[in-house]
Amino acid sequence: MKNFNLEKAGWLFMRGSGAVLIVLIFTHLSVNLLSDGGVKAIDFAFVAGKLANPFWQWFDVTLLWLALIHGANGMRTVINDYVLREKFRKGLLVALVASTALLIVMGTLVVFTLDPCPVGSPAELLPSFCPVA
Amino acid sequence: MSDIAEVQSFTVTFIIRRFNPETDTEPYWQDFDVQMYSTDRVLDALHKIKWDVDGTLSFRRSCAHGICGSDAMRINGRNRLACKTLIKDLDISKPVYVEAIKGLPLEKDLIVDMEPFFAAYREINPFLQTSAKPEKEHIQSPEQRARFDDTTKCILCAACTTSCPVFWTDGQYFGPAAIVNAHRFIFDSRDEEAQVRLDILNSKEGVWRCRTTFNCSEACPRGIEVTKAIAEVKQAVLRGVR
Repeated sequence: MKNFNLEKAGWLFMRGSGAVLIVLIFTHLSVNLLSDGGVKAIDFAFVAGKLANPFWQWFDVTLLWLALIHGANGMRTVINDYVLREKFRKGLLVALVASTALLIVMGTLVVFTLDPCPVGSPAELLPSFCPVA
Repeated sequence: MSDIAEVQSFTVTFIIRRFNPETDTEPYWQDFDVQMYSTDRVLDALHKIKWDVDGTLSFRRSCAHGICGSDAMRINGRNRLACKTLIKDLDISKPVYVEAIKGLPLEKDLIVDMEPFFAAYREINPFLQTSAKPEKEHIQSPEQRARFDDTTKCILCAACTTSCPVFWTDGQYFGPAAIVNAHRFIFDSRDEEAQVRLDILNSKEGVWRCRTTFNCSEACPRGIEVTKAIAEVKQAVLRGVR
């Protein structure tokens, strides 16, 4: 790892992820907002239906990871540019990494473990499409 | 015989950022009204002020013709050479603001300490390195020479480096001028140590700090495409010199 260079890796990642994100984001927006009844069609059932499909699971997880790391790396450079006090800068970077990691873990968990109709829940809390127990 | 119109003369207000380290704790702005001709340059205004109004005004200038690179300063918020900025190109209905270039330690009035700038320049080995003995000429084709022609134009005035927002906040960054001068030798077919310079610029404070803001290209009084040169050095780090 002697030749590993965070700035170089970051620069390459921003370009690669940026190109992929353009495709992912516009696919995401058109599928959610334009096709099949448009924005009015979005409800819990729509999201639950998408997340039941392995293709959209992996699509959404890729979008989640790339967008969060891309955004966090951008924030890292902004912090490095504008925060001059060393302790404050370090603190902000730690907070940035922690919040990004938390969002990635929680988002990934939701995408792969979402169960819209958990067994044993009271019927009045469940969406209407769930089978009546 | 009056078919040659008299050269127009008008009063221009210059607001100059002054600082005397022996008496001032903070820099301050001072205005001067100067009688100027449309053929004059900002440098002529500074001369008039220094010679006729206030002899304490301090600034650098040597050749006064855009070659020595001494009189880079911030004119109306943009880095320019005072000797190449014509009064007729400025909006003289408003005052003209003149201050020292940013990001280097201010010494007095329009003079900054250029040492950090030249230290970065020296670090990239700005000289031809070759193993051949200096017994006969190094052959180079016009095409090989054209490859780095643009970056040979640099006069080390620091207008690019001190217009760079990354350099303003990160004084360790090599800065556009050092990378331009590395580019001049990296792409020189006679030089044999391109990889050494690429390794230096692949460091934490090297080319990856560049955010492609284009301030440097806009600031260069020699018209060098600085951002393009930096991008070519980035590509050379990734893929080798082509």
